[in-house]
Amino acid sequence: MKTSEIQALLDEPACSHNKKEKSGCARPKPGATAGGCSFDGAQIALLPIADVAHIVHGPIACAGSSWDNRGTRSSGVALYRIGMTTDLSETDVVMGRGEKRLFHAIKQAIDSYAPAAVFVYNTCVTALIGDDVEAVCKAAAERWGTPVVPVDAAGFYGTKNLGNRLAGEAMFRHVIGTREPEPARPRADGLPTYDVNLIGEYNIAGEFWHVAPLFDELGLRILCTLSGDARFHEVQTMHRAKVNMVVCAKALLNVARKMQESYGQPFFEGSFYGVQDVSNALRDFARLIGDPDLIARTEAVIAREEARSKAALEPWRERLSGKRVLLYTGGVKSWSIVSALQDLGMKVVATGTKKSTEEDKARIRELMGDETKMIDDGSPKALLSTYHDYKADILIAGGRNLYTALKARIPFLDINQEREFGYAGYHGMVELARQLALSMESPVWEAVRRPAPWAAAKGPGSVLAA
Amino acid sequence: MAEIIQSKKALAVSPLKVSQPVGASLAFLGLGRSLPLMHGSQGCTAFGKVFFVRHFREPIPLQTTAMDQVSTIMGADENVVEALRTLSDKSKPDIIGLVTTGLSETQGTDIHRAVRDFRAAHPEFDHVAVVPVNTPDYLGCLESGFALAIEAIVETLVPEGRSAGKRPKQVNVLASGMLTPGDTEAIREWIEAFGLRPVMLPDIGDSLDGRLVEAEFSSLTLGGTPRPEIEAMGESTATLVIGPSLSRAADRLKDRTGVPDFRFAGLMGLDDCDAFTQALADISGKPVPERIERHRAQLQDAMVDSHFMLGFARIALAADPDLLGMQARFLAGMGAEIVAAVSPARHDSLAEVPVERVVVGDLEDLENAARAAGAQLVIANSHAAGTAQRLGLPLLRAGFPQYDLVGGYARTWVGYRGSRQALFDLANLMQGQHHELEAYRSIYRDAGFAADAPAERHVIPSSAAGLVH
Repeated sequence: MKTSEIQALLDEPACSHNKKEKSGCARPKPGATAGGCSFDGAQIALLPIADVAHIVHGPIACAGSSWDNRGTRSSGVALYRIGMTTDLSETDVVMGRGEKRLFHAIKQAIDSYAPAAVFVYNTCVTALIGDDVEAVCKAAAERWGTPVVPVDAAGFYGTKNLGNRLAGEAMFRHVIGTREPEPARPRADGLPTYDVNLIGEYNIAGEFWHVAPLFDELGLRILCTLSGDARFHEVQTMHRAKVNMVVCAKALLNVARKMQESYGQPFFEGSFYGVQDVSNALRDFARLIGDPDLIARTEAVIAREEARSKAALEPWRERLSGKRVLLYTGGVKSWSIVSALQDLGMKVVATGTKKSTEEDKARIRELMGDETKMIDDGSPKALLSTYHDYKADILIAGGRNLYTALKARIPFLDINQEREFGYAGYHGMVELARQLALSMESPVWEAVRRPAPWAAAKGPGSVLAA
Repeated sequence: MAEIIQSKKALAVSPLKVSQPVGASLAFLGLGRSLPLMHGSQGCTAFGKVFFVRHFREPIPLQTTAMDQVSTIMGADENVVEALRTLSDKSKPDIIGLVTTGLSETQGTDIHRAVRDFRAAHPEFDHVAVVPVNTPDYLGCLESGFALAIEAIVETLVPEGRSAGKRPKQVNVLASGMLTPGDTEAIREWIEAFGLRPVMLPDIGDSLDGRLVEAEFSSLTLGGTPRPEIEAMGESTATLVIGPSLSRAADRLKDRTGVPDFRFAGLMGLDDCDAFTQALADISGKPVPERIERHRAQLQDAMVDSHFMLGFARIALAADPDLLGMQARFLAGMGAEIVAAVSPARHDSLAEVPVERVVVGDLEDLENAARAAGAQLVIANSHAAGTAQRLGLPLLRAGFPQYDLVGGYARTWVGYRGSRQALFDLANLMQGQHHELEAYRSIYRDAGFAADAPAERHVIPSSAAGLVH
């Protein structure tokens, strides 16, 4: 990949980060850097496509340390969960046999697993020795008759975020628009069907299945989710949707913008976390589709679901109300999860804004008032001191900080992609409430903070055995 | 004994292998006030970190030289110097393990020179030990990366000399990457039972045993072999080397110090444990403590109890070479048959494993071999959960990583007690899938009793059937 191509991707006009320092451009600091690489980001974005053989082209480290560690779920085929890599040896690297090996590896994957397509992920070593992954993919696709898509996002190109974009770019260039969707079957109730796409929704722990039935009810056919529980042929037909929703992430905005330019599809940004956000997302679909009947039916569904959700959350609200939260997440999630927590009557005393835009920050102020502390420093030390200073009751953050919290004996809720529980949709809120209560109300915190009896006995006034 | 067969596939499917940089980092995580630094792209470290965190359920100190596009092409020595400076300044470690990756090795880095540059530019950090080790991921596996790190630690930190025996009660232990924190803890107690004082290199039992401490946060390892202890390894009476992967590191240590060594391929099963116990008795000149005799007798009892379930048991085993050898000898000693054995990388020791053949390959190779041979039980890391599920067999998790099991890292496999527990668990897994004979109903028996239809047959708990298994 050329530097100029990477620069072009870093310039994303639809992204509100674009005007300021871009996360993708900041040079990582040796000895003081956390977070994944572009290859990691590309895999996060595409691995959930379930009927694809995902081949990591490189030596073992990239696949060996990462395969089978994603929380995304499929409703059927699970080929995506089988780790595949060319596992290059020293002789492959030195003798330049990587391309040949990749070609045969693609054949092996096709022969053994009959995948809908093969995705080939470039990595640092193969990018450095100059393997022409794109040419091998092209030749293999012609030879074996199965689509083979190169994803050129080697780790040293940059951050995880850049990898997301590179992956989106690969889908836009090689996959989207290569097949026409089947017409939707007429509905028994005679209502019209509208095609939509979700971009950047990963069906973590199957959470999107909380929301999907509402789409069916309203007559919104999800042509494709990029990429939770997706199939290759669905990605191919994305160009035919009437509306795209970019879910909870700036990373794949490039796909939405390019689809708007090329196919005239309008898009909006939204989230499925929190009652208010789910309702807004459904409203936005109806509004952009512009069918007055759909708008009316959507309002009816929202009213019904909000009432149900309110009733289901009532007992939890009593337990959680007034509890103080320290929230540390990136970008959009910093406000989208806030509204979910406020629905539960909780108070967010501080939130991470390292990856947030000015727009995100304005939104945070609007939601939480001016006294909420915004934290840029996500180091464990800074998080813990904020936690204590602001007398928080729980830390909500990504899995990376899980053990930071537990070692400091404080309750924690994981909201990142490796988590085991789904929080999306009206019903997901109940699971969220349950997990929050489970951690905060646990008897273990008091037990592990208590000193040992003999340690207490050594306190002032006690008599030590002579 | 075993024939070694290299899997010929172009594509590794369901990889078993864990990379050398991860193995080397693990070794440094067993040293005191230490911190591994991977020389590569930030993803090398991020993936490694997540890998360790999921296995140990602990925060893991691990840093990166953060090579980007420019430094990958133009040279990344500056990244190494800057990273070493930043870490020395901010975290104040005793030891930094500088571990290379596929990226920096392919680029052709000379980390030894980079460390010299760092020394020249920053004499104020002379007190921070830096241990460089070359561990490209296109060679070897976790155990070999771990072993390379131990070798580098010995060469960098143990001074040359001839003071062996100056500390008569001190013994060195070189502990292979196959050993868990639970294992190293058990080995320490075993040695201390003879009045000896072990210096474990490394001591992940002290740093990664999973415990709540006063300190809320640390950017370095908490616990692990202290640097002064490593520097005094030349004054020990003997060195105990556990795991064939460490034989080169053991050679280095012996060359440098002249401390005599005793080498053990593993510490599971009666023979392994007896050899180790005998060595400790010889070194200490003390009789074997009664407590250990007792544990030995308990293992013997478990062996006779469980041989019904484990005799002829058909086992599929996938692990790095040291672990594969130790488990295979242990199982063979119970009369079990290893019908499929897969290792992710070659090592000379594989030839000695008591199996017909070892395939150097992946978990797909294991799955195919296990299916063809009618295996009854799988022993491998957590990645084999899908393998075992597709085979319809129980899985005993051993090796790295174990992310779907709480406390897998803490399990003790070695020693008389560890071996006994392994026998119990193996026997129970075998018993859980014991199939009763299909009932035969004589043509002369009255078919008129609807209540006695075959479906109503009582289930006989197989645990009662020890003698007729």
